[in-house]
Amino acid sequence: MLDRSALPLRDLLTESLASLLQRPGRSALTMLGTVLGIGAFVAILGLTATAGGQIDKRFSVLSATEVTVQDVGTAQNAQNTQNGAGVTDPISFPPDADRRIEALNGVVSAGIYWPLPLHQPTVTAVPDLASSDSAGGSGLTLYAASPGALAAIGPVYRQGLGFNAFHAARKEHVAVLGSAAAARLGITRLDAEPAVFIDGTPYTVVGIISDLRRLPELLLSVIVPDTTALSAYGEPTDQRANMLIETRLGAAQLIAHQAALALRPDEPNLFKISAPPDPTTLRDGVTGDFNALFLLLAGITLIIGAVGIANTTLVAVLERTGEIGLRRALGARPRHIAAQFLTESAALGTLGGLIGTSLGTAVVVGTALARQWTAVLEPWTVLPAPLIGTMVGLLAGLYPALRAAYIEPAEALRR
Amino acid sequence: MTEIEPGYLDAPVIDFEAVGMTYPGPPPVIALRTTNLTINRGDFVTVIGPSGSGKSTFLNVVGLLDRPTTGRYRLDGIDVSGLREADRTALRGRRIGFVFQAFHLLPHRSAADNVTLAQIYNGAPRKSRREASYAALAQVGLAHRADAVPTHLSGGERQRVAVARALVNRPSLLLCDEPTGNLDSATAASVLALIEDLHASGLTIVVITHDPAVAARGSRTVAIRDGVLTEHA
Repeated sequence: MLDRSALPLRDLLTESLASLLQRPGRSALTMLGTVLGIGAFVAILGLTATAGGQIDKRFSVLSATEVTVQDVGTAQNAQNTQNGAGVTDPISFPPDADRRIEALNGVVSAGIYWPLPLHQPTVTAVPDLASSDSAGGSGLTLYAASPGALAAIGPVYRQGLGFNAFHAARKEHVAVLGSAAAARLGITRLDAEPAVFIDGTPYTVVGIISDLRRLPELLLSVIVPDTTALSAYGEPTDQRANMLIETRLGAAQLIAHQAALALRPDEPNLFKISAPPDPTTLRDGVTGDFNALFLLLAGITLIIGAVGIANTTLVAVLERTGEIGLRRALGARPRHIAAQFLTESAALGTLGGLIGTSLGTAVVVGTALARQWTAVLEPWTVLPAPLIGTMVGLLAGLYPALRAAYIEPAEALRR
Repeated sequence: MTEIEPGYLDAPVIDFEAVGMTYPGPPPVIALRTTNLTINRGDFVTVIGPSGSGKSTFLNVVGLLDRPTTGRYRLDGIDVSGLREADRTALRGRRIGFVFQAFHLLPHRSAADNVTLAQIYNGAPRKSRREASYAALAQVGLAHRADAVPTHLSGGERQRVAVARALVNRPSLLLCDEPTGNLDSATAASVLALIEDLHASGLTIVVITHDPAVAARGSRTVAIRDGVLTEHA
């Protein structure tokens, strides 16, 4: 017989907004808690992301492209070493280790190296053993390295060049000197094809490294080809061999997974692989620490904001009892009253969320500018933030709206 | 909007058939004793009684704000006693125009906005609302104050806005609760004159009051005392 009362959406919005704008000061104060809560959320997440981005930057290309493979040998070997039994496993790297790893996609160069198993070696630039002390050869370290390892350390040669696969294959007695080692030995030029004598055995110096990017201790070393070292001094004993792999950018994690299996498909657990930490893992670790506390604070602020909205809306309901009665007399159903108050609180929450998001973003960008950082704001933190405000407003408005809906119009109009 | 059912205009606007109202106790309070009352279309009825006599209960029952505990109440021939609350609300919004002692205007909205408020819940098309509001304001002689907010209006003007709001949906019944209670005698007289004009134009009007001078203006007066309605001669 009659169409039931309805409240078109547009009228609902108009009525709610008109009510909010009637008391702009109060509306602003009511929003404050939500503004602060949402603002804190966005600022904290943005600042941690920004700071995390800075930490990422400290990852140099160098460390991100380096994988090392340690030859740990069998468990039995580890025990023997501990007991000083002196019985050690043979070298776990296969003879073609360099080739196996360099065949992997993403590897730039790779090779094995180890300190020569010599005790108290004498290293001189002249064959005369008697004058060795004056030659200043003590304190130098001796290393065996495959041509691949020599390439992987990223050397810059002041004189000559490094040894290569040809030298290695022929087990040539050649050596590369670090600049410090060369200075100690008094070797500055290679024109005269100088040699170093290791325990009296001559090695022709083919190159002097002035600088290198990895394993800087090698600047104080005499480096000989691995094959030469194996045949002259046997397998490494005190310190087992390591492999240095230089990867292309971004391939380090992948190579780290593949290296052990590529080297020894039969016994991949002979090796311990050290890869650079995954940047994302590290960032999560760093940000996780101080995120949790501040997010808790932001959450508490947001709850206070919600309580603020709930309280003000409840007061408004009591104040506007007459208006509620009037609307009911004019044909509004309880659900229309509830919808209006819910819309008002949701609008306050949304507006608070929007303002908070803007302020939070401004804080992040401002901080980044002041510190000359790159501001990082994840879309998943910024975009839903105003919606969280809406949710807060809706939740806060629930109880007052229900109270308003259940007000008896006859009672309300008597006021 | 309103569907007009057969015999709509012939039926009395208000038809009480053994209507009574008892508030459940303990102890139960009889607010309105079982009564029969008919108010026909075009009547101007005043209901007079002291406070606590049952005037408010009468207003709430007539205005569909409360349900009688016994009897049958027909509004425009529709038996509203058994209607669902949603239907009673719709009927209230469309067929009854309320005028209150306290005006109940929204303080920060213009006179026209306040009148428009009466139209938003009953499906009045948005386009025609403004026009209807201005027409209603013109009817109460306030066309020139349409954009003023209530705080800038005098008491008499405010009550005229309230009357315009009650009129804008073209109700069957104008139900006024102490319409002059908050007004001085001069403005009260002008509001009563307006109500008489509306009666003269054919509107059915019920005015509830405690003031004998106001009650005397009605074409019919019903006295209420201790919940008992008696027709004045």
